[in-house]
Formats: sequence, structure tokens, C-alpha cells
Amino acid sequence: MFTALFYALAAIGLVASFIADREKTAGALYKAWSAFSGILPEFVMIITASGLILAYLSPDVIAVLIGERSGAVGVLLASLAGSVTLIPGFVAFPLAALLLEKGAGILQIGAFVSALMMVGVVTFSLERKTFGTRVAVTRNVLAWVFSLLVALVLRLVLGGAGAGVALLGGIG
Amino acid sequence: MMAGRLRRFGGMLLPLSVLALVAFIAPDRAADAVGTIGTSLREMILVIPPVFVLLGLLDVWVPRDTLIRYLGPGSGATGTLIAFLLGSVAAGPLYAAFPIAAVLMRKGSSFFNVMVFIGAWSTTKVPMFLFEYAALGGAFALTRLAVNIPAILLIALVLTRGVGPNPGPRTSGDVTPPGAPSG
Repeated sequence: MFTALFYALAAIGLVASFIADREKTAGALYKAWSAFSGILPEFVMIITASGLILAYLSPDVIAVLIGERSGAVGVLLASLAGSVTLIPGFVAFPLAALLLEKGAGILQIGAFVSALMMVGVVTFSLERKTFGTRVAVTRNVLAWVFSLLVALVLRLVLGGAGAGVALLGGIG
Repeated sequence: MMAGRLRRFGGMLLPLSVLALVAFIAPDRAADAVGTIGTSLREMILVIPPVFVLLGLLDVWVPRDTLIRYLGPGSGATGTLIAFLLGSVAAGPLYAAFPIAAVLMRKGSSFFNVMVFIGAWSTTKVPMFLFEYAALGGAFALTRLAVNIPAILLIALVLTRGVGPNPGPRTSGDVTPPGAPSG
């Protein structure tokens, strides 16, 4: 649905741009293409690497690692698993729901989803090219710390829904 | 040029050769990987074209002065809000956000706002939130959102104050060659 909206926006933009100035429109398309083809190798690399990682970190493996009773260690593992994987958005949440079904804990899922979205190990080289090494490293480390924090806040909000989901209990 | 091109595509060789290796040792795993790669490629091909067309239009039509006014260092809270909304209504995976960030930086957006844009793109995208709400429930999705919004601002602040923009020559040139005939 959002994709359709973006196609509509791009189409309207292109038509308006074409009416206003053909040369500029050609320039815009050229820039779009050169930006895309410029990072296409990185895209392919990212997609291949994440496909390989996911082949080994299957839902069953992840669910075992980050089960309800896995506690703080599970949260840590979940955030690491989320960091190294890259999953298309429309697959990520059905996957998260599947992991819950397979026995993953909700806090662990919170850490997993947060790291999945904010931390990018496979996209790191592209990020470094854009922002420089220090920014890319710092952003990813901070985002990773926040993925752990999310689990903590989820525990506070969702409460002690059961002894099994005790994050702090896992520590103490 | 040739050597540069080789180096550029050389990065693809490593994961591709690992994939070939896995195909030898564990064909099932390789099949799994290829399935996932197929899904991701489909996402890329379906979702990304309009994002890049809009990027091209933005680059050509929005004058530097205008962009500075709305997203530049003097744009204040309004600029940050705009960066937040730009990132949140976006479509596509995070790696598609980096070339757009490069254009924004080149056109004079403040570094803080670019970082807010990246943060929003990564976690507060509207369609993603709807997916999350449906799959994992309201308490989960809203809690994450409540943590993420201040987290994005805080991370952007730390990156701006502590690490700095790092406006090296690589910043914009590498990802979107401004007009270099690379094709």
C-alpha cells in the first residue's frame, strides 16, 4: 500500500517535472540511476550476506536461543541476532510473531526487533561510506545499547507476565 | 576506472563465493539462503525504484537554499520534525536511506537532522509500525515507539556533539557521484 503511494508520488513528480522542464527531468532520472547503480554492488552484497546468515539463524535456532526462560543472556543473544540479520520489513514482524509462537520470550523479541531495525552489521560498509567510520560505529553501538534498553522497558511495562519472562530475575 | 569498477564489484564476490561454498557443503542451507535472497531482491526491485526517482527529483528541483531553510542548522525544532516525518513516511530498507542522507548532507541539511532522519527511517516508519501493532500487539508496539522516539533524538545528539559530522570528501562523493558519468 505504501509502495503504491510511493509509485504514485514518483509518477506525479516525474510528470510535473517533465512538463516544467524536460532537461531537468532527464537530469533527475540520470541522478536516480547513477545513485542506484552506484550502490547496487553494496545492495547485492548486503542481500547475499543476510540471506546466508539467515540460512543458519533459522527461526527454530533463534527461538531456542531466545526462549522465554533465557533471561538476560537471551536478551543479549536476541540483540546480537537482530544486529547481524537484515530482513525485509514485511517479513520481520510476521517472523517475530512466529518466533513468539515457537517459544521466544517477549522481551527477547523486543530486543531482537529493535536491533534488527536499528543496528546494521551487514549494511555497515555502506553506512561507513556515507557518514565515516566514527559516526557509523557510534550510531550502531548506541542503537545496540538501546535495543537492550527496549527489553528492559518492555519488562517494566508488560510487567511480570510470568516467572519465565523475568529479565531481571535472570540477572539476579 | 576499470580497476575502480573491479574493486566496486569485488565486494560482491566474497558473499557470492561463500554462497557457492555453502552450496557445495550444505545444499539445503544454500537453498534457504537463495530463497531469502530472492525475497530481498524482490523487495529491492519492487520498493526501491520510486525512492530513487524521488531522490533524483529532490536533488534536481529543491534548491540548496530551500533545503537549508527547512533542514539546515538554523531550522530548529521544525527542521527536526521535518526530518522525523521524512524518515517515518519513507518506504524501503535502511540501506536505501544512506544515499538519500548523502544528498541531504550535500544540500546543507544539519548533521543532527540527517541523523534524526536515519533514526526515523530505521525504526518509526509508519507501515512498519502498523505491521508491528498487528503482529505483536499494541502494548509492545507503543512501548517500543515510546522508547524509540527519545532514543533517536538522543543518538542524533550524541553523534552530533560527541562524534561530529565528519564532512570528509568521502561523505557525498562515494555514494552518489554528483554528476560523474559512472554509468
